[in-house]
Order: sequence, then C-alpha cells, then structure tokens
Amino acid sequence: MTISVKPSNSPPEKLQPTGWLKYLSFSLDHKVIGLQYLVCGFLFYLIGGSLAGAIRVELVSPLSDFMPREVYNQVLTLHGTIMIFLWIVPVVNGAFGNYLIPFYVGARDMAFPRLNAVAFWLIPPSGLMLITSYFINGAAQSGWTAYPPLSITTPAAGQIIWILSVLLLGGSSIFGGINFIATILKLRRPGLKLMQLPMYCWAMLGTSILVVLSTPVLAGTLILLSFDIVAHTGFFNPSLGGNVIVYQHLFWFYSHPAVYIMVLPAFGLVSEILPIHSRKPLFGYTTMVFSIMGIVVLGLVVWAHHMFTSGTPPWMRLFFTIATAFIAVPTGIKFFNWVATLWGGKISLNAAMLFSCGFIINFVLGGITGVALAQVPFDVHVHDTYFVVAHFHYIVYGGSVFVIFSSIYHWFPKFTGKMLNENLGRFHFIITFIGFNLCFAPQHWLGLNGMPRRVAEYDPQFQLINQISSVGALLMALSTLPFLWNIFQSSFYGDDAGDNPWNALTPEWLTSSPPPVENWKGEAPLVLEPYGYGEKDSKEPQEQIK
Amino acid sequence: MTSLVPKEQSSERENELSSEEHEDFRLFGLIAFLIADGMTFAGFFAAYLTFKAVNPIAPDAIYELELSLPTLNTVLLLVSSFTFHRAGKFLEKNESKQCQKWLLITGVLGVAFLISQMFEYFTLPFGLTDNLFASTFYALTGFHGLHVTLGSLMIMIIWWQTRVPSGRVNNKNKFPFEAVELYWHFVDGIWVVLFIILYLL
Repeated sequence: MTISVKPSNSPPEKLQPTGWLKYLSFSLDHKVIGLQYLVCGFLFYLIGGSLAGAIRVELVSPLSDFMPREVYNQVLTLHGTIMIFLWIVPVVNGAFGNYLIPFYVGARDMAFPRLNAVAFWLIPPSGLMLITSYFINGAAQSGWTAYPPLSITTPAAGQIIWILSVLLLGGSSIFGGINFIATILKLRRPGLKLMQLPMYCWAMLGTSILVVLSTPVLAGTLILLSFDIVAHTGFFNPSLGGNVIVYQHLFWFYSHPAVYIMVLPAFGLVSEILPIHSRKPLFGYTTMVFSIMGIVVLGLVVWAHHMFTSGTPPWMRLFFTIATAFIAVPTGIKFFNWVATLWGGKISLNAAMLFSCGFIINFVLGGITGVALAQVPFDVHVHDTYFVVAHFHYIVYGGSVFVIFSSIYHWFPKFTGKMLNENLGRFHFIITFIGFNLCFAPQHWLGLNGMPRRVAEYDPQFQLINQISSVGALLMALSTLPFLWNIFQSSFYGDDAGDNPWNALTPEWLTSSPPPVENWKGEAPLVLEPYGYGEKDSKEPQEQIK
Repeated sequence: MTSLVPKEQSSERENELSSEEHEDFRLFGLIAFLIADGMTFAGFFAAYLTFKAVNPIAPDAIYELELSLPTLNTVLLLVSSFTFHRAGKFLEKNESKQCQKWLLITGVLGVAFLISQMFEYFTLPFGLTDNLFASTFYALTGFHGLHVTLGSLMIMIIWWQTRVPSGRVNNKNKFPFEAVELYWHFVDGIWVVLFIILYLL
C-alpha cells in the first residue's frame, strides 16, 4: 500500500504563521523542529550553566557559605538533569538529527512529522516543570541518578516532579528515536544504499536503537520508584524488604547507554565536519560504521561498571571490566580514523574545525580516564570522587558540547543564510578550551586525593585546586558572551553565506540557504559519494555528483 | 522506499510544492514502539526475577496465588487473539457484518479479562504494600491491565468504524485494524510470559 503525503498535511500555507512566529508554532517542518530543539536546548543550557556557576562559587571556600546544603543538593540535581535531558540529548539528537537526517536520506521530511512535533513539544513543559519544582517545597535533592533510599527519604514533591519530568523527556526521546529509525531505514531515496549514507545517519541509527531499547527500562524503573515514594511500596526500600541494587542495575541499563546517546551523534557530526574542512574523504568509512554498531552492542552490556562498589560479585566485576575495556576498541578506531582524516589534509582552522579538534583532544583524555575507571581496583579507589566528575565532563562537555558548538559554526550558514564571524568564533574557542581544561583537569587531582563529589563542604587542603577550577568555570561562563554576540550580530548583519559556503558535497548544501519548505525546489539530488573530496576537489562540487 | 514524483509530473506543477509518495510504514513505526514497550516489561520482569532470587519474603507473609482465575484469563486472551484474526479475514473479504461480529467478540473477551482480573484483585489475601512480592505482582499485572484496557478501547473504536463496508476502516484502509491487531497480539504475548513468570514459576 502506498500513501501520498501532501506537503505536511497541515493547514493551507496562508493559515500557517510565517517568519519567526513559525518557531513558536506546532510546525511539522523538520527544519523548524530542528531549530526549535536547538534554541530551546540552548536556553536550558544557559540555565544549567548558571547552576554550574553556582556550584563552583559554593566550592570556592571549604564551608557551605554561599547556599545551604539542601539548596546545594537541589542545584546539583537540577544542573545534571537539565544538562543531560534538556540540553545535550535533545540537541545532538533532536536538533541536528531533525535538521540533517531528511536531507541525508534524500527525503522531504521525517517519516512521522506529527510525532516529531509532539516529541519536541513535550520538552519545554517538562523542562519548566523541573525548574519550577524548586519553588514548590524544593526540587529533587538526590542527584540525576536519584538513587534510593536517598530519593525516597528526601522531600517527596520535588522528587515526584523530577520523575514526571524525566518520564516525559524519555517519551519525547523514544518518539524521536522511532522516527529516526523509520526515516533512515524506510524513507531513503531509491538508489541510495545504506553504505552510501553520510556517517551522521549511521550514528543516529545506532543512537536511536539504543534509545528505543534502553529508555523504556528507565521509564519502568522510575514508575516503580514513584510507587515507592507515593504509595509506600517497598521495591527499592530496604526497610520494607526491597532491594536498592535492583534500582541501580535498571537505572544504569539506561544511563550507561545514555552516555552513548549523548556522544554517538556527536561522533557522527564530527565525521561530517572534519572531511569538509580538511578537504579529504572521511578515512575508513566501513570501519566507522562497524565501530558505531559495535559501540551500540557493547554499550548495552557494560552498565554495571558504575556499580563496582555496590557489592557486585567478582564474576560480574570481571565481565563488566572486560566488556568496558572492549568498548575502547571501536572508540579508538573512530579516534584514529578522525586523525587519519585530518592527516595531510588542506585544513582550514576556522571555528568549526577548531571546536572539532578540541573535541578530539578532550575526548581522548576523557576516554583514557574512562578505561582507567573500568579497572576495579582503581575504580574502588576513586569511586564517587571528583575524578569521576572530571572524567564525565571530559566526555560530555569536552566531547558533546564542543561538537555542538562546532556544528553550530558549521551549519549556521545553512540555518540562516548568514556567515558567523570567524574571528569571534576562534576567540570563543580559545576561551572555552582554556576555561574547560582549567576547570576540569585539576579535578582529576582532587579525585585522586579523595575529595568526594556532590558535597557542599570539603577538606581545606583542597581549597587552592578548587579555586583554580572555579576560575576555569568563570572563563567558561564568559566564553558564552562572544558566542551570543556573534549569533546575534551575524543573524542581522552577517555576510551572506550563499548556498554552499564550505564547498561541501553532502546534500543539505545542495539547496538554498535557508532551505525552502520541502527541502528542494525540484527533485532531490542523489548524492552517492558524500565524502568525495580530494583529487577531484578542483572541480565544482556539484559536478562530482553523479 | 521513497518514490519521488516522476520528472514529467513535477515539471507541470513547478510552482506547487511537490508531494511525495512512499510506502506506508506506520506499522513499522508501531513495531518499533512495541519493541520499546516490550523493553519496559522486560525491565519489570528482570526486577521481579531478581527480587525473587535475592530478596527472601518473610516466612509469615502470604504470597501464594490461586491458579484457576489466571488460567481462565490466559484462555480468554488467547481465544481473543484468534477471534481478532478471524475478524481480519472477514475484513479482507469486505464482509463488514461478520467482521464486526468477531471484533465484538474480541472486545467482549478483553473486557471479560479485565473483569476477571478485577475479581482476582478483590479476592487476593494481600494488598499493594503488604510485601515485596505483592507490590511487584500488582505493578506487573496492573501495567499489563492498563495495556488491555487501552486495547479493548481501541477494539471498540475500530468495531464502530467497520460498521458499514464503506466505513472508515475497510479492506482498502486497513491500517487502523492492523495496528490494533498487532498491538493486541503483543499484549497477549506479554500476558503469556507474565503468566509463566508470575504464576507458574
């Protein structure tokens, strides 16, 4: 059976809001939804960043003098939840996925446009719910992991709102994942094989499989947890015969893949950006594909390495240590492929490229500490210390957020038709890179020396290093200013970008900037060699497309 | 597969927005959703089995279940899967009267399952918060019961929509019927697993 899809099946053109108003509407255009995700995510990033700033201010002195301990706990819980569920996951998946995937598969929209809009519009209300819970009897205090019995014994209202909010965001994520899988597998242009797709499609396919398989487990777990809080059942309450370890297993069954949900799409985006700005084909396409799928499979069976101090039996420790060490292999393959892509290329050090290179450096550092943390003796030593905080932020900030900035610099001309100011962008990169490393590198030492995480007070011997870290955080906060100014200024007064400012070969550049509704005026181009740079580079990009 | 509008056609309506024809993959999306839904149940089952293996129930706690009612429930759901399938056969032939009859039987079997489940709830000697087994039992069967409730409602809706051969659901527009049927078989399958794990094991 075939169904005919009218342009978005939506009200006639005249009834739809135009201009900037369409970004506040229930639009079904994948490009509008992508930018909705991006801007909404960035607003939450500013909120989550302010909370991180509050944490670093508190940690300037060893006493809890800036805010009471309960407030500190709420701030760190909100910071973690907002940054993960409202900034990185929606932006690396929802924003760039929605904008780029239909172009890459040669489609005019996503497979399920309405579901797509629903998935986005679940995000702002749940985010607002989460933030306003602070003003109703206090927000959740048990961190983004919400481990029982802590989450059962802290004030219930905040924790329940937290659970509801995460459930809604999980639903949004699952709807998005289903949509991406259907779009990539089913909506491909005839004649376009899977192995001819740009790498970001593969990354999104892998990520969406992880989303569909693991997010529902978290949802089920949180439903049980909410029963414990509201109905006083004892699933995870040891005093009622329950078992807290079961919660940890179920939670990490989602939340370890969640790290890949945050970082796999970033891998894909980097694989798009590096070839274009170094004018070389992506090195090792096939190995990239297999390493993505390898990470997906292995990523589902490594979760218990978060639980080495939870009384896990030796065989479990052995299995999960080995599985975790194995995951370094596909990740290492990807790392070397990126380096080989750059090797001997005609590299233009613009802001997008700089942020991608920053990503490679930070990510390999975070990856090394990750392999170290997978070793049981070392993990038992640094578990729940600032070493884990440093490792995690090297992956999600040094990894994913650097890629988000890189992608904004790379695709802003396509989004708006205007170029960003490159020098301001390079300035932004330098402050961000210095600030980030100044903030998080010292935390490795803090952790090795035993400073526990998630505590407002600490031993005075750690004060100097904490102050250095806070200076880094201040730099990171300041680095947002040139970026915001750049976006604001370039949106109104930037140079015109033209259709294809980077001379790129991937399909989104083969249409006008910003692209029209339905992506192409005529027939969609069939791009069989999205990375055909190199010797042919002297020709015009369009000529190379068969 | 996407098949874009052929060139000859697209040129004659150059100024219009082109529409695109592609295979109907709403069922594909539904299958992906059911996999996700199945993972929720898998999480619950894993939790239940771990609780059973690791957390001993207090010796004086009551956690024995009667087998008669749940066996009846299993039969009800399995038969309803067959009746649904039969309704599908008649929809294929566009015999809406027969199709409706079998759909109605399916819906009634679903509702009978819910009533029987309610009856079991009221006769059980333990409540939601009595012990860990009781809590898990109610959580699992309740979550499944929610699925049966939704399924029964949807069966009633498509029963209404097939009332005439030219109605909303007919042998040309079968998607609503197929979607509900797939969902219903899924709910049945989950029940069989649940029955084995919860009652027989």
